[in-house]
Amino acid sequence: LPSAETPAPGVHERVEHAHHPALMHHFDDLDQQREAASLGMWVFLATEVLFFGGLFAAYLVYRVWYPNAFGEASRELDIVLGSINTAVLISSSLTMAMAVHAAALGRRRTLMLFLVFTMLFGAAFLGIKAYEYYEKYLEHHIPGANFQFHGPDAPHAQIFFSLYFAMTGLHAAHMVIGLGLMTVLLFMAWRRYFSPEWHSPVEIGGLYWHFVDIIWIFLFPLLYLVDRHS
Amino acid sequence: MAHYIVPPRTYYLVFAALLLLTALTTGVAFVNLGVFSPIVAMTIAVVKALMVVLFFMHLKYGSRLNWVVGATAIFWLGILLALAMSDYLTRPAAVVS
Repeated sequence: LPSAETPAPGVHERVEHAHHPALMHHFDDLDQQREAASLGMWVFLATEVLFFGGLFAAYLVYRVWYPNAFGEASRELDIVLGSINTAVLISSSLTMAMAVHAAALGRRRTLMLFLVFTMLFGAAFLGIKAYEYYEKYLEHHIPGANFQFHGPDAPHAQIFFSLYFAMTGLHAAHMVIGLGLMTVLLFMAWRRYFSPEWHSPVEIGGLYWHFVDIIWIFLFPLLYLVDRHS
Repeated sequence: MAHYIVPPRTYYLVFAALLLLTALTTGVAFVNLGVFSPIVAMTIAVVKALMVVLFFMHLKYGSRLNWVVGATAIFWLGILLALAMSDYLTRPAAVVS
């Protein structure tokens, strides 16, 4: 042993924890390490709020300027697929929460099962999204040289579709990254990395997944429900 | 300090509430509420987001420091949206069209 010194009486419990293989040397104990990991993810998500925030600000400006064009363009979106996708994503958040729960209890197989469910819901979301993009392609609603819109205000409807693709595209990119994270978590769970004492990757992976869900919770009404009643 | 494990029942209730609110916001979008339509839609979205943050993301049970970070994010977003709109909403209409 590097040190033969007996620890001071007060630190006995901490020394016990220090034997956990997952404990990094710069943390006092696993609880502190866990809170630091979670706090780091929250800080990252705060920057993500502002990352998406720029697009939300652009959306707000143009919607205030061209409310009628935004209403017309929004009614072209498939509200059935949009609401189904919202339900799919909320379901994936439930299975993610259950995965974190299983990890906290040390139930490895349940954890793996819920991670797979989360990935399936995530993949279903992306599949439905891809189909919606394909529909937009057929309808010439993709902004650019081939954009066509049969309404009184086609140029400003094009701005709506630009924002639609930018916002849902950035969101879909986050979903793809999320699926990558889930794959890593699944592998780590399979290799028995996690224990009830230490499963921070599952927890902060869950924070990321739920955050992406929250972004969609705002995108859905802003893009699909602008002016449905007219 | 062992951390609190949220019972699955809480998650199921939150899940059911989120689905109900999704159905509600979709249905209410077809009703003409005038200027209140976007307000209702955004209020429902904020309630849904809060439920996800508090229960699924464990903000309700976690460290107080996470509250500070979350509140800071919303505050910054508020600055971004409010200051941007304070410019765009106060321009003469001629510039718009």
